[in-house]
Amino acid sequence: MKITDVLVIGAGLAGERCAIEAAAAGHSVLILSLVPPRRSHSCAAQGGMQAALGNCAKAEGDNPDVHFLDTVRGSDWGADQEVARIFADNAPIAVRELAHFGVPWTRVRPGKNRYHIKGEQVEIDEPADKAGLIMHRDFGGTAKWRACYAAAGTGHATLYAVDSQVVRLGIDVLDRMEAIALIHDGERCHGAVVRCLRTGRLDTVLARATVIATGGYGRIYGGYTSNAVINEGTGAALALDTGIVPLGNMEAVQFHPTGLWPAGILVTEGCRGDGGYLLNAAGDRFLVELEPEKQELASRDVVSRHMMNEILAGRGVDSANGPHLWLDLRHLGEEHLTTRLREIYEICRDFLGITPWQELVPVRPTQHYSMGGVRVNKDGQAYGLSGLFAVGEAACWDMHGFNRLGGNSLAETIVAGRVVGMSIADFVARGGPGPEAALAASALAAQQARITALAARPAGGRTLYQVRDEMGEIMMNRLGVFRTGDEIETAVADLQHLLREVSTMGLRSSSPGLNPELTYALRLPGMLKLALATALGALARKESRGAHYRTDYPQRDDAEWLKRTLARWQPGAEAPDLSYEPVGLLDLPPGHRGYGASGHVDLPVTLEEYNQGVASAQAAQGCLETKEPIGARLRPGAWRGAFSAPS
Amino acid sequence: MTMSKARKLKFEIFRYNPEDPASKPRMETFELQETPFMSLFIALNKLREEQDPSLQFDFVCRSAVCGSCGMMVNGRPALACKTLTAQLESTIRLHPLPAFRLVGDLSVDTGSWFRGMTERVQGWIDEKAPFDPNAQEERMDDELAQAIYERERCIECGCCVASCAVANTRPAFVAPAGLNRVARFMMDPRDRRKTGDWFEVFASDEGVFGCLGLMACQDVCPKELPLREVYAYLRRKALTGVLSRKAKPV
Repeated sequence: MKITDVLVIGAGLAGERCAIEAAAAGHSVLILSLVPPRRSHSCAAQGGMQAALGNCAKAEGDNPDVHFLDTVRGSDWGADQEVARIFADNAPIAVRELAHFGVPWTRVRPGKNRYHIKGEQVEIDEPADKAGLIMHRDFGGTAKWRACYAAAGTGHATLYAVDSQVVRLGIDVLDRMEAIALIHDGERCHGAVVRCLRTGRLDTVLARATVIATGGYGRIYGGYTSNAVINEGTGAALALDTGIVPLGNMEAVQFHPTGLWPAGILVTEGCRGDGGYLLNAAGDRFLVELEPEKQELASRDVVSRHMMNEILAGRGVDSANGPHLWLDLRHLGEEHLTTRLREIYEICRDFLGITPWQELVPVRPTQHYSMGGVRVNKDGQAYGLSGLFAVGEAACWDMHGFNRLGGNSLAETIVAGRVVGMSIADFVARGGPGPEAALAASALAAQQARITALAARPAGGRTLYQVRDEMGEIMMNRLGVFRTGDEIETAVADLQHLLREVSTMGLRSSSPGLNPELTYALRLPGMLKLALATALGALARKESRGAHYRTDYPQRDDAEWLKRTLARWQPGAEAPDLSYEPVGLLDLPPGHRGYGASGHVDLPVTLEEYNQGVASAQAAQGCLETKEPIGARLRPGAWRGAFSAPS
Repeated sequence: MTMSKARKLKFEIFRYNPEDPASKPRMETFELQETPFMSLFIALNKLREEQDPSLQFDFVCRSAVCGSCGMMVNGRPALACKTLTAQLESTIRLHPLPAFRLVGDLSVDTGSWFRGMTERVQGWIDEKAPFDPNAQEERMDDELAQAIYERERCIECGCCVASCAVANTRPAFVAPAGLNRVARFMMDPRDRRKTGDWFEVFASDEGVFGCLGLMACQDVCPKELPLREVYAYLRRKALTGVLSRKAKPV
């Protein structure tokens, strides 16, 4: 048994940034990680981190108000607007802090710089008084150039800088360690049961505060994802297994327009931001006509839908692996591609043998980001279970709503890491009842029994991996870019069948120690539950909002659906219970996003009327009391003075 | 990249499970039909899923940016995810990286090694002043930012360490990755440490003077880091460090 003040599950950017904050406040912190921290999926983020510093010429006039507007519009009004406000206001501080931690941000070069904008090469004078400040690149759905970047290795550079601070502070990291259950008494979380991924041994960690920072769950889409192989939603599944903590908006799944086809590896949006464009089989830039204003830089959900429509209309490029489209980077030239987009050049070369300044890159939309996750309040505390927090992609803090803007996830990790880290430090300092050893013993015994039962089941029939592959096919084919009620219904039935199947499946391998098959057997039922929560949330939501696009309900319906889905899973149940809460206080009234198809059903009440019931409705769903009352950080109306985003 | 005919691949894989008293280090042979664009990531997963569920190996990003899957491929350290079988003969021998503690089969403990190295070389920014949330960021020339990024690109895969004759025989040697890390922070103006502060770490036979100059590290580095330049930079710094020390009035 180990005892600590703060247990952080997950050592990516969000978890580590959070750990630094708690450790700097003087609390003992223990981080668990499936892999060495610097292998976390954060390291794979390429393009950039949004923060309204307003440094380069095309960022002139940018400020947190504009960032707030872009984020809420991008979310298709699904975001909690107070959280979007906290985020936009804190992003510049958090990014500058990373410079302080040593991130080699790309900097403003004064004088004439050549860029590619909407297919044209242009020369822009960068102001001399901004020389050497952090540079920005263009990303989709934003009014200004705002993404701060370190070549195409922003995630790598920032993760290494943050991890170096973790090492410097002497924070303990147990790598190759997985949390397999939370220890709780129904009201308060006391830590987790953990399994060593070197030896297979079980142990418990007792903590005053436990943080889920395990990233997304893209692997429920099998191989149809840009996510790393460790993104199996282990943290979200832990929360769901409590039967108390709900997951928010699981049906909000982002598809990234440019997954390398067929490898599924991501090609950063920075490619389009820097002037790359998409072509169909005929060599047409189809987005010029479809999205005259933003073209390739409309929001990710919008671009992904246009791409899939292009493919469905037969204008895709035929290949042995199925149709795809082209990303054209040739005009950016060798120098740009080997410096500012170097990682993209390497990926094209290593995995497809393509030289991107000479050849076209095959791409297709791929599952990319989980907007849904462990539902938390603005302090990052999970609904219903005091002492449990979640941060980063694992959380539904909810600044992304139904569509996350590019560069906002990396920025969220460090902003939420700071904000939630502070609230954890505060929570621990306030004390309260300490962890109870008896609870640890019974939780450990229950997990031991689970593993013993698994090992005792007869082997035979299909393998875990065959079930996983079928789950991936169901998710991509029926819960992909386009969805319809009929298809989702069959998906639900099939996923429930798979969940029953895994509950009887035995292991072929009895090798002592780690036993990779056992490791996977412990995760797969949780993944199927996440898949079912996604499917049922999508089935119930009879509208289209952001990345959730129902062809049978193509309109965004604010009258009925300006609310967040909450999914709880009672022990032994076959499906989650769904309920709803208002998305949060509204400040920016719902409207057209400025790109993509227009058309929505308006909110039938005034903002004031809507806002009146929000706090109590959320509290009724288990939202715990926040340090400051709901709305205290909203700054209502401040955005009115801001430059109006996409027109 | 295209293959003339589908090959049957033979994999000879190192096996050992330290948690199993009955396990002895040995080589085991597997066979697999080659498919187009097959990487070792695809091949090893197929072997585990279809033939031996106990096989241990590490992958995370599967796109050559996380550094998890370093292993010996036909006796040479490489990232398994970006090694395409089409580049190899039909018999492929896989061993775990040497110089690291074995976890099992092809999996090694790079995490502990790199954490230890980071602690030893103090691989973090020792900033000049506390962070001021209200201040503009310190300015930096973009050329310099790019030069630092060039050193920063190391993914800690361990291929250089595994390829290094010195690192394999002297655990105290900070190894190529460690020297690269020292250079990265030494050239960063945001760090307040002077060359002399690093002296004991790099200007000894556990540092850059322990290097035999065989340069296998640069040959195998999957990120093509210019390690030769790093060592030249450090030797230059060591020299100027010594001279500046001597020049100080006693």
